[in-house]
Amino acid sequence: MEIRSNEFKGRAVFAIHDASLQQALGKAREGFVGKRAQQAAELPEFEQLREEAKALKNHILDHLDHYLERYEQAVTAAGGQVHWARDAEEARTIILGICKRVGAKTVTKGKSMVSEEIGLNEALIDEGMEVVETDLGEYIIQLAHEPPSHIIAPAVHKTKDQVSDLFEAAHGGPRKTTVPELVDEARRMLRDKYFRADVGITGGNFLVAETGSSMIVTNEGNGDLTQTLAKVHIVTSGIERVVPTLDDATLFLRLLARSATGQETETYTTLSTGPRRADDLDGPEEYHVVLVDNGRSRMLAGRFREMLRCIRCGACMNHCPVYGAVGGHAYGWVYPGPMGSVLTPLITGLDNAYDLPNACTLNGRCASVCPVKIPLPDLLRELRHMQHQQEITPAMQRRALKLWRFAATQPRLYHAGERIAARLLAAIGRKGRIRRLPLASAWTDVRDLPAPAGRTFLELWQGKRGKS
Amino acid sequence: MTSAREDILKGIRGALKRGPLDATQQSALATRVPAHTRPAIDEDAVERFVRKFESRAGTVARVATLRNVPAAVEAYREAQGLPQRAAVGAGLKSLRWAKGWEVHHGAAGSDEALAVSPALAGIAETGSLLLASGPDSPTTHNFVPDDHVVVLEAKQIVMHFEEAWAMLRARPEGIARATNIISGPSRTADVEQTIQLGAHGPRRVHVILVG
Amino acid sequence: MLTMSRYPNESMGTDMPETAKNGPRVGLFATCLMNVFRPNIGFAAVKLLEDAGCTVEVPDSQTCCGQPGYNSGDFDAARALARQVIATFEHFDYVVGPSGSCMATIRHDYPALFEGDPDWAPRAEALSRKSFELLSFLHDELGVTQAQARLDAVATYHDSCSGLRGLGIKGQPRALLAGVEGLKLKEMQDAEVCCGFGGTFCVKYPEISEKMVDDKIRNVLATGADTLLGGDLGCLMNIAGRLKRINAPVKVFHTAEVLAGLAGGGGIASEPGETR
Ligand code: SF4
Repeated sequence: MEIRSNEFKGRAVFAIHDASLQQALGKAREGFVGKRAQQAAELPEFEQLREEAKALKNHILDHLDHYLERYEQAVTAAGGQVHWARDAEEARTIILGICKRVGAKTVTKGKSMVSEEIGLNEALIDEGMEVVETDLGEYIIQLAHEPPSHIIAPAVHKTKDQVSDLFEAAHGGPRKTTVPELVDEARRMLRDKYFRADVGITGGNFLVAETGSSMIVTNEGNGDLTQTLAKVHIVTSGIERVVPTLDDATLFLRLLARSATGQETETYTTLSTGPRRADDLDGPEEYHVVLVDNGRSRMLAGRFREMLRCIRCGACMNHCPVYGAVGGHAYGWVYPGPMGSVLTPLITGLDNAYDLPNACTLNGRCASVCPVKIPLPDLLRELRHMQHQQEITPAMQRRALKLWRFAATQPRLYHAGERIAARLLAAIGRKGRIRRLPLASAWTDVRDLPAPAGRTFLELWQGKRGKS
Repeated sequence: MTSAREDILKGIRGALKRGPLDATQQSALATRVPAHTRPAIDEDAVERFVRKFESRAGTVARVATLRNVPAAVEAYREAQGLPQRAAVGAGLKSLRWAKGWEVHHGAAGSDEALAVSPALAGIAETGSLLLASGPDSPTTHNFVPDDHVVVLEAKQIVMHFEEAWAMLRARPEGIARATNIISGPSRTADVEQTIQLGAHGPRRVHVILVG
Repeated sequence: MLTMSRYPNESMGTDMPETAKNGPRVGLFATCLMNVFRPNIGFAAVKLLEDAGCTVEVPDSQTCCGQPGYNSGDFDAARALARQVIATFEHFDYVVGPSGSCMATIRHDYPALFEGDPDWAPRAEALSRKSFELLSFLHDELGVTQAQARLDAVATYHDSCSGLRGLGIKGQPRALLAGVEGLKLKEMQDAEVCCGFGGTFCVKYPEISEKMVDDKIRNVLATGADTLLGGDLGCLMNIAGRLKRINAPVKVFHTAEVLAGLAGGGGIASEPGETR
């Protein structure tokens, strides 16, 4: 997928003025936040589970090579095949190779963020294949020719009216206006695709080393129809999604649905283990897993290892006030919100996403809900540090920081500056506030600046109590 | 040229600043027993299963013995206005169906309206069914028809997921090709967060609880 | 309405109560914004600390906690400032400041900044342990439960993010405010959601910040409160400035000003009134 993260500012402003988007975002925010809070409150062990999940992920990452090899052995033993892809291009090549070999004409897809990350759809379509997204949200945005704006609710930015328009244009009239009608229509349109599909591609929430199973967690059942009815099932997943055992996967399952959609569990949790067996009556004839690195092993080396704990629940973006204000598309790539602001520069390059780590108030709400306790604000700050060191930050900002450091490390100078500022601003102020200040227009364009009273606290204090 | 597999594993080990794990370390990991916290539950497992399953728009009917199952299916069929035809998992072959019923044990085709499946376990923690695929319970039965009836014996209900995994592992054939954990009818909230049942999978899931 | 509307310099007589001289020695961290924009908060802090029996000093070799540098990715500059703060305050029993944000920097970020530094890490750790945000210090460390103040107002409280998530400040200001005569506290929806200040964020991304502060203000106004309280001047300046811009009649004060009985005049971004 094309990276447009450096257009963040413009796209964010555009998003803020998009009335439909704001309407859709408002609804989503209330729903997700409230339901998650309720689920967390109803499970007394919730905080304990977060702590354990963090520790378990750390354990897995410390032994990632081992568990991946174990997983591969188990998949092979079950008759499946594991493929390793260093980067997006290699992953596309592997998948295209399988699809071409079996002469695929129709490819159905369950929701998979990794397939977005590697830009799979375009590649398949370029080869003349029909690609059908089967998750309702993904289906909607496929009709709209848009990327997902959320990792678990890809069409969260669309209002019902917009979905009605899209469906009418794609399926013909009469126009459906209610949610049941719309869902029914999508169900009808997709039914026969599942049965016709040559290849079904899904993601993998977890890869279980113990059994060689890929695990998907869904509400609609589309992922199951995709992987059961196609002749070939291909799983795409990041290398960090492996877990040692089913019991370990359970720990994450207990957190995932609660954190993501605020459900106790999603409707379907499915383990797929190899292809159709000798006496099976259904199931795919081939089962492939494509393990995608694409920057992950590099991430493992340093400060950003913690990001690999991510289980893609979306809670961070659901609770992010910046995401809530601008929506997912402003972020310009596959992963939006706090986790995306960390991942995008790490995967696509620091200078391809300058704004993402900066467009954050470091308010910490994301980290406070992350089920695996990723310190997202700290990681964003770390990215700012890297930008600063690599001089990707604007020269103006670096000069300002230098000046600030020079002054602030000399208390007398600094206090003199503060006294001058207090007097100047007091002189400009009217009725206790300043409505326009050319040098601080970014502040005063939005809000008044409180005017100081004229003398600084330190000055007043020394006047009364003398030097201490 | 090294393979992607080698490169990735090498990259991981480089990042972890070590070589491959030795045999001792590997066997330590192989024998590691996870002991994560399970939610404490102070409720009868069967009661909880029913309560949770119903809370997600599933329905439950209780019967005394397996022999009562066809009658319970008939009652459900009639209530839903369905024809007397079903794809029935071969695991329920012993059931005797009343006259007029057309039952087959094959996979579910695109026009299948009703399927009846045997469950391997019920999980009380979340009120979920666990179905293991195989000739006795084809996966298509779980997803293709609009109406899915699942036969679950009360003694199959366990409290936590971990116990259900143990049941799965204990089977002679081991882990199924597809293990489906089902917690009610299919649903979506992809249009304006409005929950709508029957997205792609069954519109209704009905449990016949035996015993 | 105001019951203790004295000029702060007068209320801070040089004749300190005898008890204060024996209490813990507290270095007041005079935050940059407070120093320039709202000295009243500093005097309120001193009053509250002294009333609680502390001896308060305001060392004049202090400047900034270094957070602007830290959050801008200039960790070297942040360390330079941190060393200055450590050297200035480490000989006090406590360092207390009327800001969750600055104090969270000292408590959490200093030890992180000096991790592995044999000289400075222990000093940063030591300072971290005795650094507190004002209200949590009064409530949790000194056991203050009751403030002697009066303010006839219906107020709502904004939980500033650094204080809330960094230092666990949530119940303390509310508990203390509950004792203020005439004051009614009405909770707003999303009190814990960021107001859009975020230090330099608000000037780097003014449109997003505007959207966020407007969301905040909508929640403030929905309570019908006539007063907004909080514990971080940055957030309060942001919200107050926006309230003024849209002519919303809500007064904004720092919680310390109310507790100290120094919440006079129209509040932040208003006619200074008696605090001039
Ligand atoms: S960073 Fe945490 S909260 Fe965000 S998607 Fe990943 S696991 Fe969920």
